[in-house]
Amino acid sequence: MLTISFSRYPVTIFFCVTLFSSNISYAEQVVVYSSRIEKLIKPMFDAFTKNTGIQVKFVTDKAGVLIARLKAEGKNTHADMLITTDAGNLWLAAREGLLEPIESETLEANIPAYLRDPQKQWFGLSVRARTIVYNTHKVKPADLSTYEDLANLKWMGRLCLRTSKKVYNQSLVAMMIAEHGETRSEQVVRGWVANLATDPLSNDTKAMEFVAAGKCDVTIVNSYYYGRLIKKNPSLPLAIFWPNQAGSGVHVNISGAGITKNARNKHAAIMLLEFLSSKKAQNLFADVNMEYPANPKIKPDSAVIAWGSFKQNQMNVVAAGELQTEAVKLMDRAGYR
Amino acid sequence: MYGTHNVKSEGRSIGTSFSHYPPSVFRTTLSWRFIPVLVAVLVLIPVGTVILSFLTPTGDVWQHLVETILPSLLINTFWLALGVSVSSALLGVSLAWFTAVCDFPGRKIFSWGLMLPLAIPAYVMAFVTLGLFDFTGPIQTSLRSWLGPELFWFPNVRGRLGVIIVMTLAFYPYVYLLARNAFLTQGKRSLEAAQSLGLNRTQGFLKVALPMARPWIASGVMLVLMETLADFGTVAVFNYDTFTTAIYKAWFSMFSLSAASQLASLLIVIAFVLIVMEQKFRSRMRYAETKQSSRVARISLTGWRAWAVAGFASATLFFAFLLPTTQLIIWATHNFVEEFNQLYLSFLWHSLILSGLASILICSVAVLLVYSARRHPDIVTRVAVRVATIGYALPGVVLAVGIFVPLAWLDNWLREMAMQLFHIETGFLIQGTLAAMLIAYMTRFLAVGHYPIDSAMQRITFSIDEASMGLGLNGWNMLKRVHLPILKGGIYTAVTLVFVDVMKEMPITLMTRPFGWDTLAVRIFEMTSEGEWEQAALPAVALVLAGLIPIVLFTHQAEK
Repeated sequence: MLTISFSRYPVTIFFCVTLFSSNISYAEQVVVYSSRIEKLIKPMFDAFTKNTGIQVKFVTDKAGVLIARLKAEGKNTHADMLITTDAGNLWLAAREGLLEPIESETLEANIPAYLRDPQKQWFGLSVRARTIVYNTHKVKPADLSTYEDLANLKWMGRLCLRTSKKVYNQSLVAMMIAEHGETRSEQVVRGWVANLATDPLSNDTKAMEFVAAGKCDVTIVNSYYYGRLIKKNPSLPLAIFWPNQAGSGVHVNISGAGITKNARNKHAAIMLLEFLSSKKAQNLFADVNMEYPANPKIKPDSAVIAWGSFKQNQMNVVAAGELQTEAVKLMDRAGYR
Repeated sequence: MYGTHNVKSEGRSIGTSFSHYPPSVFRTTLSWRFIPVLVAVLVLIPVGTVILSFLTPTGDVWQHLVETILPSLLINTFWLALGVSVSSALLGVSLAWFTAVCDFPGRKIFSWGLMLPLAIPAYVMAFVTLGLFDFTGPIQTSLRSWLGPELFWFPNVRGRLGVIIVMTLAFYPYVYLLARNAFLTQGKRSLEAAQSLGLNRTQGFLKVALPMARPWIASGVMLVLMETLADFGTVAVFNYDTFTTAIYKAWFSMFSLSAASQLASLLIVIAFVLIVMEQKFRSRMRYAETKQSSRVARISLTGWRAWAVAGFASATLFFAFLLPTTQLIIWATHNFVEEFNQLYLSFLWHSLILSGLASILICSVAVLLVYSARRHPDIVTRVAVRVATIGYALPGVVLAVGIFVPLAWLDNWLREMAMQLFHIETGFLIQGTLAAMLIAYMTRFLAVGHYPIDSAMQRITFSIDEASMGLGLNGWNMLKRVHLPILKGGIYTAVTLVFVDVMKEMPITLMTRPFGWDTLAVRIFEMTSEGEWEQAALPAVALVLAGLIPIVLFTHQAEK
């Protein structure tokens, strides 16, 4: 026999559950909404807490969802800081009026102007370089030159790309629109699509594995994915090429942060933001994920230094946000899935 | 006896003729009618929030989508939905038939083993399968090393067929579980009767057993269909663009949440039409059994038939569970030292407690809905029950926002009130509580709890209700003492499905969890969002193991 007693238990449980609820204490702390994952951000928070005694509470989710959440919570939000892994979403949060301009000499000294918002609502903390990776058995570095060159006929059937649905590719094309205008950019993207050796892949690592396995010869990826893959499997015939060095430089995006308009712990949040731009935290950014520190005075990880130095595209990354929608439309028109 | 005959007269007479009962019964009747409406309203709030997006302008997002990608996305979605639902139905029903009614070597192991794939999230199945079978996977790589650099004949794993196969392997257990329940409870006398009328085994299956199992099969296929339409994770691994791709693109790439919500509303409409159509077909039939089914000998398969069926079941179990799980375990051991830490205990605990509480809540509500709809089958109640189960058709991330926005609004309002009236700072009272999370799960997964219990209820003949009313049992008492014991199997199935589904769920958990309440699914999300698929193996293995708990616990119970 199944016996369920319909007593007061459900009610009691609910009551208790509600009670041990979101008991936010108001001691000195910073609350962070982060689309940068726990593994790649907690070390910096721990260092900050060790330095200052201020606790950091955080919750992770997709950037777009966190922004919707901030909007819904309005002026009662608990979040003091928003961290994302691209400039586009910070630009969106700023446009939605969710971020607060911050005057800070420390931040302005530590972070180069092209990696932060001209309106001072957000700041880049690490640099993600999107570059070319090629198969060393099949391609000589001298054959490579620019992203745009990959649209030329000589790469027919030799190119692999990650899907256009990833924001990194959207930012790349957005910055290209900012530089060349739409018509020229669309020609380039159509050229890429025509040169594809296989349907676009779901992630950067897959794209590099396809290059290594010989399905195609070149691809475009973020450099830290290359670092991770080579660390795990050093024998792969893959190498990095830094494109556009004679022109505008390698496309870079940022992982960055801004302080929310309705922050309750604004003072502590600014302290955290400044700390994240400092030597100690910037070293951690370099270590945990083989990204480039946003602060040019800090050296990257030794493995990363071995890939060589390169010129970054110094156009302000705000364009990645402003032109992202245009970029998406352009890629849809060009048939880049 | 059993079978499908006209019901119009009998079904109506019970619910509506309460006028001659004493006033106390009348009050109970009212409260039973109130429950479905209340639940429907609760579900309508988030769904309505999504639909309200039509009031917000969306610029040229729609126009752009219609002019560029939408036509091909619709074609892709159509083939995917058709392919997955038809093949899940074929796979699920045939396996259910063989394990429930026939006997063949290994039947006992297969009968619960074939449910195991339920514990593997579809997106995990997808990345494991691609890892194995794609160009860079071990299979094609070794084939190339033997046969030369080009394998022109090897099918494109990332194509339409690949997605359909993977989703079928991930979703067929819904049909299998429900159809099995149907075959187990329908007894074998009708089959014997069919045989005595000169029908052979196959005809008996097609003409008697299958029609009698229809509500179960239809419910299972409906769950598969809704899951397929709302899926984003699996198709993203394949880069196979469907309608949800457009939803994600509108929101995350073109920054238009309102366009995304409008697109998602269309999914609600489609799901509602499907549900109503299915109900229309079903309402003309009766599936009750008048006598407890007796255990009659199984159909014993012999010779090549027995081994063919065993081979078929083995192949399914191998590709849908053993192969992906083995690959996951291999990956997990690679990075166990690096990834494992004491946090995993809390992830596991959070996953278990959330799934446990959610399945209790959702299945209790589902029982109440099913019972009220049975006692009062009027149009209001029936519509309310349908509305209450519509959340499953929405992509989780869209529904999550639909849930969150009204919650935040209510919280802000309560807070303002507390400030103005009592001058106290309350903080958020609802948001970030487990209660809010559970309600959110309920709006999404009520369908999963509802379908199995609803099907089980249809096995109970109305004469039982009349008899127990004659004995003075009503309302709670009738439910508790008459229906619940018979519904047991259906309830166990529902609890298993909801438990596993909640454990696999990501977007609602991500958005509504309290600080520090990370679960195994959250961990998988974090790893995969950074492209670290193999790192995600450890939480994925843990999730599969935890998901096995209810399957192992309840399978046995459900079949007693």
